[in-house]
Amino acid sequence: MSQLTILPLLPLLFGAVIAMLAGLWRSAASQITAVVSTSLALVASVVGLVTVVTDGPLSYDMGGWPPPVGIEYVLDPLSAFLATIVALIGLLVVCYPVDAAFDLRPAKGTPLYPLVLLLLTGLMGVMLSGDLFHLFVFLEIYAISTYGLVSLGGDKGTFAALRYLLLGTVGSGLYLLGVGFLYFTTGTLNMADMAQTLPAIADSPTVLGAMALIVTGLGLKMALFPLHVWLPDAHSYSPPGVAALLAAVQVKAGAYGLIRILFDVFGPAYTGGTGLPVSAALTYFGLAGIVVGSWLAIRQVDIKRLLAYSTVAQLGYIGVGIGLATPRALIGALLHVLSHALMKSGLFLVAGGIIQRTGIKSIPRFSGLGKVMPWTMGGFAIAALSMVGIPPTAGFFSKFYLIWGAIDVGNWLVAVVVVLSSLLTLVYFLRLFERIFVVTPQEDVVRDATEPSWRVIATVMVLAVLIALVGIFNGVLVSHVLEPIATRMLG
Amino acid sequence: MIELFLARYVYLFVLLLLAIGLYGVLAKGDLVKKVIGLTIFSTAIYIFFIEGSLQEGATAPVIEGDRTDPALYVDPLPHLLILTAIVVGVGVVGVALSLLVRLYRTHGTLDEAVIARRIAGREEPAPTSPHHDTQGDQPDDDGDDDGDDRDGPGGRA
Repeated sequence: MSQLTILPLLPLLFGAVIAMLAGLWRSAASQITAVVSTSLALVASVVGLVTVVTDGPLSYDMGGWPPPVGIEYVLDPLSAFLATIVALIGLLVVCYPVDAAFDLRPAKGTPLYPLVLLLLTGLMGVMLSGDLFHLFVFLEIYAISTYGLVSLGGDKGTFAALRYLLLGTVGSGLYLLGVGFLYFTTGTLNMADMAQTLPAIADSPTVLGAMALIVTGLGLKMALFPLHVWLPDAHSYSPPGVAALLAAVQVKAGAYGLIRILFDVFGPAYTGGTGLPVSAALTYFGLAGIVVGSWLAIRQVDIKRLLAYSTVAQLGYIGVGIGLATPRALIGALLHVLSHALMKSGLFLVAGGIIQRTGIKSIPRFSGLGKVMPWTMGGFAIAALSMVGIPPTAGFFSKFYLIWGAIDVGNWLVAVVVVLSSLLTLVYFLRLFERIFVVTPQEDVVRDATEPSWRVIATVMVLAVLIALVGIFNGVLVSHVLEPIATRMLG
Repeated sequence: MIELFLARYVYLFVLLLLAIGLYGVLAKGDLVKKVIGLTIFSTAIYIFFIEGSLQEGATAPVIEGDRTDPALYVDPLPHLLILTAIVVGVGVVGVALSLLVRLYRTHGTLDEAVIARRIAGREEPAPTSPHHDTQGDQPDDDGDDDGDDRDGPGGRA
């Protein structure tokens, strides 16, 4: 029992309330509150990560009731790793200037930062919860704040938010139904407690039904192909800052839920092979997502839409890693959660800067932007190279582990698809780089453009440096954090 | 066969409600009907939990005297869970309705296909909207902030 377990969560939750009140006075005060609370959450997550990696998992019993009766919060290396990503991306997005991040200067009292903090609270709660029903509540907390944030994107955003709301609620409904199946079979909701009971009854139809419902529900939340239909609209019509948060961390909550429940709660019932082809389904739907997502992405003209479809493809990689269920593939999936968070938020924030300065969203009009905005477009280039998977960026190593894991189980199709889709993306981005950096500016609006404000450049540069650092020092990360996680889950 | 049906008919009812709700969400063209479908879908889940906690001959979980056999009491946890889930569901429906209000103010219709075509630019934008002040890029100044959303669809800087 340790208070450190819930420390990453508390600043965000209280920050949401304080930012709400502060926003009534000054909207700048609201932003400062958000920056302070996300920084505190980041510090707590990093301290938590270092502590649990050296000393083993921590848990906290809400209200002093010990599990399985009470609600337990668990901080283990997996949740601490994801909590750190959530807090880091959250901090960068709230530091980003508000007019570029949210397309607007919010009116006094607009609950913009409270919603962002509530979204982060929900995500953090999903990562820390040790109880299946509690996880559902946090899923809904972050989902409801997402609907509000997506609807900031004007008329189109409102429509996308409503469509997302309908599908997202069906997704959490299916998850809840699956949890109900499990509860009536095992009589507990605590994850660790349930993991003790489940292996004995792994082949009962109820447990298999629960697995199918939970995978479908969380697959909807995670936007795993073909359940991704809500994602392109919600991510491309919401303001750039919101899109960065959604693509970088929000969809990862679904991925985390899948990893935690499939490997930790079902455990051998999933990894040992079941009567239900869940792992094959995740692998092949993931592959289909990679192909379809990449193909649709390079056909887009609008920069934000391209990034949204590319998120579908990148989530496919994570789905493949979960589906293959080998230690190296799982390391690949977890590393990809981190590298995709860094590069996709970087790309969305660059897009925000470009849109703020020039108003250009269409990629063919990007000609010559590299000459007038060298820093911003430099960040864009690093993030895009990482997206393709050029060493030594972070994106290379996650794909590398994924392919390695696929070869471990002799699944060559995965290796072929991952390499081919990377080549496809490479060709596309090389042509885009030529347009951005080599061609001289043609439009007046590009020629007159200047670098966005220093806060945009600083955020993008931090992300670019992190992409390079995660790539170069990925060995440290893998051997200290990810390998123990994968070994514990898959033996 | 008939005993099995009598013992399990509530689950059939739950399945039916789930199917109706899902059909409403996926197949109906009217956005309000979709939200209604969503409510039916969630209600089916609530009923499933309540039915699962029932026991023949059991009573409310208040321990009286020496009746300490757990079989004499209904499992209270599902009720508690569903109470929470209902609150969450009310929040979601509230957000959905506020989004619907905003869409209706802008487009004057709640037909999903029409709004989707307008947003994709394949159809003229809302010709005569009943509330002109919230249309297009003009800032919304009628002060109807609904709490969860920024007040107004426009205001792009």
